[in-house]
Amino acid sequence: MIAIVDYKAGNLTSVKLALEHLGVDGAITRDPAVIEGAERVIFPGDGAAASAMEHLNELGLVAPLKKVVDKGTPVLGICLGTQVICDHSDEDGGVDCMGLLPGRVKRFNPPDQLCKIPQMGWNTMRFKRKHPLFEGIEDDSEFYFIHSYYPVPADMAFIMGETEYADATFASAVGNGNLFATQFHPERSGRIGMRLLKNFTEWDGSC
Amino acid sequence: MLSKRIVPCLDVRNRIVTKGVKFQNNIDLGDPIEMAVRYSDGGADELVFYDITASAERRSIDIGMVEEIGKVVHIPFAVGGGIENLDDMYKVLLAGAEKVSVNSLAVKNPAIIGEGARIFGSQCIVLGMDPVRADDPKKFPSGYEITTRGFRERTGMDALDWAKRAQDLGVGEIVVNSVDADGTRDGFELPLTKLIATNVGIPVVASGGAGTPQHLIDVFQKAHADAAIVASMTHTGDYTIGQIKEVLDAAGVPVRKKW
Repeated sequence: MIAIVDYKAGNLTSVKLALEHLGVDGAITRDPAVIEGAERVIFPGDGAAASAMEHLNELGLVAPLKKVVDKGTPVLGICLGTQVICDHSDEDGGVDCMGLLPGRVKRFNPPDQLCKIPQMGWNTMRFKRKHPLFEGIEDDSEFYFIHSYYPVPADMAFIMGETEYADATFASAVGNGNLFATQFHPERSGRIGMRLLKNFTEWDGSC
Repeated sequence: MLSKRIVPCLDVRNRIVTKGVKFQNNIDLGDPIEMAVRYSDGGADELVFYDITASAERRSIDIGMVEEIGKVVHIPFAVGGGIENLDDMYKVLLAGAEKVSVNSLAVKNPAIIGEGARIFGSQCIVLGMDPVRADDPKKFPSGYEITTRGFRERTGMDALDWAKRAQDLGVGEIVVNSVDADGTRDGFELPLTKLIATNVGIPVVASGGAGTPQHLIDVFQKAHADAAIVASMTHTGDYTIGQIKEVLDAAGVPVRKKW
């Protein structure tokens, strides 16, 4: 069973429906015991970093998520989930985050008004490394993004894929051991996104 | 590079996709679920569904349909029509839609877009607007007045003022649907699209008038739209999304080519 972590941060239905389509059992949950006992964990999220961290603290989910990462459970972060696993985000005047992946979160700085924030739509990801979650996916494939902030890992070795937008070449996929996270939404990225999710449902957490 | 999005819009009446000209004389075109799958498999970048009779019939949006779409479509889709309150927004998002589009409701109660953005996130609140040409530069400096309820009511609001205000309230995207161009297949209302797109910092979706691939090239290159709605030109089978993208790609417009 895959636990889809519910921390009052956006739409989890599309993740669950995508797993259903793949024939995989997914449960939307905020129960620490269910999260800790799951075979795999998806940590999604939309919205803002400050309220996300508030909810994670309120619901007592920070420690269970640290635990699953530490014990080797395959974990997939998506969008805001990918940002709040970092150490710190510049959003909302600066927010300390979960620190599961060393790094910071920065805002795009658009060169002009024609470069819209949020980045909304399909953009390409260039592979920086080989990873089991990229199996069967071509380099420079397009994925669906909606975001104004992006992760900046502390170590280049954590960058799995890169994308260009506004003033930045940013890490659109990051990873460290059994933790993998995308700034884009695989569950809304058509056939190619579904392939990445399918790869996750079969991944044992090793690289 | 971020691609320009091509977004088929499905106007749904009693679970049948329909299309009119300037919001009138609608003809029936097909089943929304089947069309959604066809578009999604055929390279559409996003989909929009409007439950066009929900508000006239004073009923809530057809959530059952939204759920069915969510099960079969794995690209983002927005839903609008008959959204009356925050609870309706929540239901639509919970059913699997990526975005909820509000139009008349936002005019009646602008604060609700701010509340929606705060609760659900800006990225999922879309403002739909239906501006019509207006020859009163004092009242309407942009040259366009906002209408609601499918052109049936004028609001006295200037289109650009409203777009800026909606941005300040927190919407994540604006769909600018020209009443004058809707369903004509004569091309987008370029001055209107350009005016809005160059004066707000959030993405702008051009809507109304798409008839040929050249119309899309124009709206992206001359009017700086981030996305464009197509309806009649693809619903009728005159063009596929793939054919449109080939022409756009050849003209240098960035489009998603593999799906």
